[in-house]
Amino acid sequence: MCLAVPGQIVDIFEAHGTRMAKLDFGGIQKQVCLAYLPDAVVGDYAIVHVGFAISRIDEASAQETLRQFRELGILEEELGEATPEQYAAPHGESCDVVAP
Amino acid sequence: MPSNVRPLADAPLSGTWSCPLPLRDYPTIVIGHGGGGQLGNELVEHLFKPAFSNDALDRMADSTVLALPPGRIAYSTDSFVVRPLEFPGGSIGALAVNGTVNDLAMSGARPLYLSAGFILEEGLPMAVLGRIVTDMAAAAREAGVRIVTGDTKVVERGHGDGCYINTSGLGVIADGIDIAPQRAEVGDVVLVSGTIGDHGMAIMSVREGLEFDTTIVSDCASLASLVADMLAVTPDIHVLRDPTRGGLASSLNEIAAASGVGIVIRESALPVLPQVASACEILGMDPVFVANEGKLLAIVPPQHAMDMLAAMRAHPRGANAAIIGEVTASHPGMLVARTAIGAQRVIAMQLGEQLPRIC
Amino acid sequence: MKYLAEFRDGDIAQKLAADIRAITTRPWAIMEVCGGQTHSILRNGIDQLLPPEVELIHGPGCPVCVTPLDMIDKALAIAALPGVIFTSFGDMLRVPGSEKDLFRVKSEGGDVRIVYSPLDAVQIARENPAKQVVFFGIGFETTAPANAMAVHLAKREGLGNFSMLVSHVLVPPAIDAIMSAPGNRVQAFLAAGHVCSVMGFWQYPPLATRHAVPIVITGFEPLDVLEGIRRTVQCLETADYRVDNAYARVVTFDGNAPAQALLAEVFTVTDRAWRGIGVIPASGWRLSDAYADYDAEHRFDVGAIRTVESALCRAGEVLQGSIKPSQCEAFGTQCTPRTPLGATMVSSEGACAAYFNYGRFHTLERATVG
Repeated sequence: MCLAVPGQIVDIFEAHGTRMAKLDFGGIQKQVCLAYLPDAVVGDYAIVHVGFAISRIDEASAQETLRQFRELGILEEELGEATPEQYAAPHGESCDVVAP
Repeated sequence: MPSNVRPLADAPLSGTWSCPLPLRDYPTIVIGHGGGGQLGNELVEHLFKPAFSNDALDRMADSTVLALPPGRIAYSTDSFVVRPLEFPGGSIGALAVNGTVNDLAMSGARPLYLSAGFILEEGLPMAVLGRIVTDMAAAAREAGVRIVTGDTKVVERGHGDGCYINTSGLGVIADGIDIAPQRAEVGDVVLVSGTIGDHGMAIMSVREGLEFDTTIVSDCASLASLVADMLAVTPDIHVLRDPTRGGLASSLNEIAAASGVGIVIRESALPVLPQVASACEILGMDPVFVANEGKLLAIVPPQHAMDMLAAMRAHPRGANAAIIGEVTASHPGMLVARTAIGAQRVIAMQLGEQLPRIC
Repeated sequence: MKYLAEFRDGDIAQKLAADIRAITTRPWAIMEVCGGQTHSILRNGIDQLLPPEVELIHGPGCPVCVTPLDMIDKALAIAALPGVIFTSFGDMLRVPGSEKDLFRVKSEGGDVRIVYSPLDAVQIARENPAKQVVFFGIGFETTAPANAMAVHLAKREGLGNFSMLVSHVLVPPAIDAIMSAPGNRVQAFLAAGHVCSVMGFWQYPPLATRHAVPIVITGFEPLDVLEGIRRTVQCLETADYRVDNAYARVVTFDGNAPAQALLAEVFTVTDRAWRGIGVIPASGWRLSDAYADYDAEHRFDVGAIRTVESALCRAGEVLQGSIKPSQCEAFGTQCTPRTPLGATMVSSEGACAAYFNYGRFHTLERATVG
């Protein structure tokens, strides 16, 4: 329901009496309302939806999630379970998607 | 060149355009510029002719008489409407020339001649028209085509978006070349000449209500000389297509339907500039549906694919060329993509323009 | 982009999928509530990596799909009024009302403009004092803070020419309604990560307990969705009916306090009709009395709206997971993206459009991929 993308705060300012920011989204910069993140500072990453920063991204938590993902693979290999290739989606030329 | 035409050195082509006398008396287009009187003549004599000057145009006959080299004739027409008229990396003028030049090139033709029809809105600043015409002249020169006939009409204020341009073009196809959307064959390889989505996202970045700061510029360019280099590898190119409106996805869907074959592309192989990818993320768009104005898709027999890729990459307009997929016997009429996580998805034609979405 | 690319890794996706296959012992029906997740699932082909036992049901979390028909018709009527600039997210332009859509109104002379943010609509109001600027305030809890701020700023600045047509819907009452419906098949929920980034997830533990369903807060990138499914299956297999947060980098238990505070000021909970489903008690927000002057429904008298919903369309059953789009008699025949009978065929994340566009008839797909 809600397309929201991560961006990095590069500038904080005020416009029409409201806390605003310029965020960088991978080379694109856009003005965003920062009123809902009163503690956010330049350099922070935030999730932005329809021009509003609604949540700060927790770097430590992101790293922890990625670490767990990587560990998942290592454990599997240690346990001698199936390699990812065995589960890969079929790459044959058979038609496995059907037109309406 | 007739004596009443200003020498080219003073013409708009000499870098940044400054309005020549007597056009300076009218800083904007007025209804009279479209009539048959003096104002219209001034526009032709002091703007169009100096910019586009060539023997055929300068004769100013009711119709231009052309001698064509031997070969089959490619003939194409396209009308151009774009807002804003000038955008990062180009203008409606550059689009109008390159669009038709590229349509000709996509049938393997060497583009030769263009017509240019202008519909101008009252109030269009003369300086803007000057820059548009300058862009057209520069694009024509780069593409090696001549603008040999034209027309101008003026509509009342509020009845147009400043400027519409129609161009038609003639080109000649050498013997032994048979490029058509019906010719994709099972086993053929699909190549793209560079990054996709640049033009559409450059326009989006300056569209009212959606603006963002970016270094994205339109890829608007002539593909004629790239196609010439590709034909030097082999004349046996099966399909060429410039994926303009509707993007790569629409073009490949059309080819799949026309040839009665399936097309499979690998999403991870698609060249997309990081800024374009980011802009698409923000607006909820998919780069495969975003317009290009200086890219081509080529479908070639597999034995020529690597040489073709090398030739494309050796050309400045094909530096980021890539092999992105292949033609299959399965799922005829459909475009299927292998996704980054190793699954598949069908990429269907869009109903209309891709809209930004929030969800 | 940082925080996106890392969560799209193909190798890790395969590992997560392998883990899901390894822990799944019997059939499970999981609803992803949010249309954004539906989009990600279909865009990436996530469902193809899952074992055949795991069925994903595409839920009602698409504002385009569930905004009630009479609200669409009101929007169309207001947008057609002279002197009105009607602003909307791009999503709503093709949603069919009883007779037409916003694109048609625009073609007939209505001043309809797409904006990226409700603040852009406020800016249009500042720049056009002689016009009435109306914003179509649709969406779930994620979008509500933005819409609340737009109304709040308009009031603070005394922008008397700004108003909002509000049709906000809320996720927890929808989950409650789906679980309470007779014939419900849903056994677990992937909760919408971005809704929870605003609201937190303190509302969910009572729901999980009452209905004995695991609820896993889930993000939107392929690895996020797969991890959400993995944790959900884990809970289901062990009959562990808890609320789990698989999107901890963005979502906290309490959510965004300043946003919740302004929401409480600007909006009031109201009964809301969901298109295709019907009225769900206390499932939406309307403008609070303090902001009633900015309510477009009060400001513009568009007369009695007579809505005509297609008799063939079974979008409501699709949204609740009781049928698949392809089980609707009109699917792909009378109802296509070109001639949509219901909103689920319009939105790119609508379950019907997704099935149509991506051609995912699950039965056939299972036969070849599963």
